[in-house]
Amino acid sequence: MPVVTIGPAEVHVDAEGFLTQYGEWTEELAAQLAAQIGIELTDAHWKAISFLRADYPQRGETATLRRVSTLAGIPIKQLFVLFPGKPAKKMAYVAGLPKPRGCV
Amino acid sequence: MKRLVILGAGTAGMMVANKLRRRLPLREWQITVVDRDDVHLYQPGLLFVPFGVYRPAQLTRSRRRLLRSGIQFLTGEIERIDPVAKTVRLGDGTAVGYDYLVVATGTSPRPDQTPGMLGAEWRKSIFDFYSYEGSVALADALRDFTGGRLVVHIVDQPIKCPVAPLEFTFLAEAYFRSRGMRDQVEIVYATPLSGAFTKPIASARLGDMLDERKIAVEADFLVERIDSERKMLVSYDEREIEFDLLVTVPLNMGADFIARSGLGDELNYVPVDKHTFQSTAYPDIFVLGDAADLPISKAGSVAHFAAEIFTGNFCQYVEGHPMTGSFDGHANCFVESGDGKGLLIDFNYDTEPLPGSFPLPVVGPLGLLRENARNHWGKLAFRWIYWHVLLPGRRLPVPTHLSMTGKKQPDKEI
Ligand SMILES: Cc1cc2nc3c(=O)[nH]c(=O)nc-3n(C[C@H](O)[C@H](O)[C@H](O)COP(=O)(O)OP(=O)(O)OC[C@H]3O[C@@H](n4cnc5c(N)ncnc54)[C@H](O)[C@@H]3O)c2cc1C
Repeated sequence: MPVVTIGPAEVHVDAEGFLTQYGEWTEELAAQLAAQIGIELTDAHWKAISFLRADYPQRGETATLRRVSTLAGIPIKQLFVLFPGKPAKKMAYVAGLPKPRGCV
Repeated sequence: MKRLVILGAGTAGMMVANKLRRRLPLREWQITVVDRDDVHLYQPGLLFVPFGVYRPAQLTRSRRRLLRSGIQFLTGEIERIDPVAKTVRLGDGTAVGYDYLVVATGTSPRPDQTPGMLGAEWRKSIFDFYSYEGSVALADALRDFTGGRLVVHIVDQPIKCPVAPLEFTFLAEAYFRSRGMRDQVEIVYATPLSGAFTKPIASARLGDMLDERKIAVEADFLVERIDSERKMLVSYDEREIEFDLLVTVPLNMGADFIARSGLGDELNYVPVDKHTFQSTAYPDIFVLGDAADLPISKAGSVAHFAAEIFTGNFCQYVEGHPMTGSFDGHANCFVESGDGKGLLIDFNYDTEPLPGSFPLPVVGPLGLLRENARNHWGKLAFRWIYWHVLLPGRRLPVPTHLSMTGKKQPDKEI
C-alpha cells in the first residue's frame, strides 16, 4: 500500500488513491481530498459524508447511492449535483472509505 | 416437537427443506414451508423464452410435489414476521409459530420503482424478461421487431443473475443475425456499472465480446426515469438514450414484508453473517438465497453451495454446538454467448472469475471465461439437474468451496 502525503498528513491509499485506513481520515483531510477532485465541501456535502462515515463501521462496506438516498434522505439526483459524474466513487473518496464494490 | 418454518419455496427454500427433511427426525421436528402459490418457476429458463427455446410450460412444477413427504406446505401471502413473538403472519390472518425460521423469499423485479416504466409503453415497447409474463410477452415483441434500436438496460445493482442481461444481449445479437436482419438493428447495452461486468478480468473479456459483436456500451448510466412518450431513458446526470425496443431489468428488491417486519436494509435484504447466513439481529433466523445481503452474486448456484453449508451448520446449531461450516461465497455461472456457445465463470468472495478450465468428473473440463459449445450444453443440461438433483436436495459433483485447480491468474496488469 503506498503512503502519500496529503496536506499535513501521511496516509495509506490504494492504487486509485482511496484511503485504506478508516482511522486516518479527518475532516481537514476530507476538504483536501475534495479539493483534489474539484469539489468545495458545503453542508449538503457534509450530510452525505457524515452518513457514509457513520454507516461504514456498522456495515463493513461503503454505502451505495441508494442507501445514502434512502437512509440519509438525500435524493440521488442531488448526489449527482453534489458529486458530479460518479457520485458513489467520489463520495467514498472524500469520506476516506474503500471504493464501493461493484455489487458483484 | 420443534418447529422449523421456511418462508419461500423457490430455489433456496426448496433445497433447504428437502435437505433438512432427511436430517431432522420426523418424530422431533415439524417442518413447514410457506409460499404464495403452488407454482415453482425455473427462473434460468426465462432467458430463453423470448427466443422460443423453451415453451413456458416446461419451466413450472408444483411446489407441493417437489417437497419430500413429511413436509407441511402452506400457501398464503406472508404479511409479517414478529421475531420477538416468533410468529409469522399470513394474509388470511393465520399465525404460524416457529422455533427456527429460514427466510428464503428471494428478490423480485420492481418496475414500479422507476418513474415512467409502467406507463403507456409497458409491454408495448418496454419489456422485462425477469418475470414469467414479461419473458412470454417479449417473445412476441422480438418476433415482430422489424428493426431499429434495441436497448438492453439494467436499472441498478444488485440484481439476481447479474450475467443474465449480458446473455440476453448476446442471444439477441445472434438471433437477429440468424434472421438476416442484424444490420437493421442497433444494439445498446446500458449499465450503471463502469463496464460490462463487476469484476475486472471478466469485465474486460465480456466487454471485448460486446465490442466484437458491435454492441455499444453506455456505462455509468443510472436511470432516473423513462420518458415513454419520447421513448427515452433519462439518467440522473441527464443523459438520454432513445429506444425502439427496451429490454430492462427493473430494480430488484427483497419482499416488502421484510421491511414491514423491520428486518431489511434499503432494498429489503436481510443483514446476515456472510459465512453462516445467521441474521445479525435474531440468532434463530437464517436467511438463504437472494433474500440475504451477501456480498456475492444472487444466483441459484450460490444458493446451492450455501444450502450445503447451512444444513450441516443447522444440525449443529440446534444441538447447541458451534457451527463449523463456513461459506466462502462460491458462485458458478454459465454465460450464454449465442450461436450455441457459452462461457463459465467460477468465483467467490475473495477470488474473481479467472480464465482457465473447470474440471468436472465424467463430462470433462469446461472452459472458464472462454466460449465453447460444451458450456452451452452445460447450461441447457442445468434444467434437468435443477429439477432432479438440486431441488430434491441431492449433491452436485462439484466442490462446495471454490477450487483453484485449472484456474490461471493472469499477470496483474492486463
Ligand atoms: C432470467 C433469470 C435467469 C437466471 N439464470 C440463472 C442461472 O443461469 N444460474 C443461476 O444459478 N441462477 C440464475 N438465476 C437466479 C436464480 O433463479 C435465483 O438466484 C434463485 O432462484 C434464488 O433462489 P431463492 O430461493 O433465493 O429465490 P426464489 O427462487 O425467487 O424464491 C423466492 C420464493 O419466495 C416466495 N415469496 C416471496 N415473497 C413472498 C410472500 N410475501 N409471501 C409468500 N411467498 C413469497 C416467491 O413466491 C418465491 O417462490 C436467474 C434468474 C433470472 C430471473
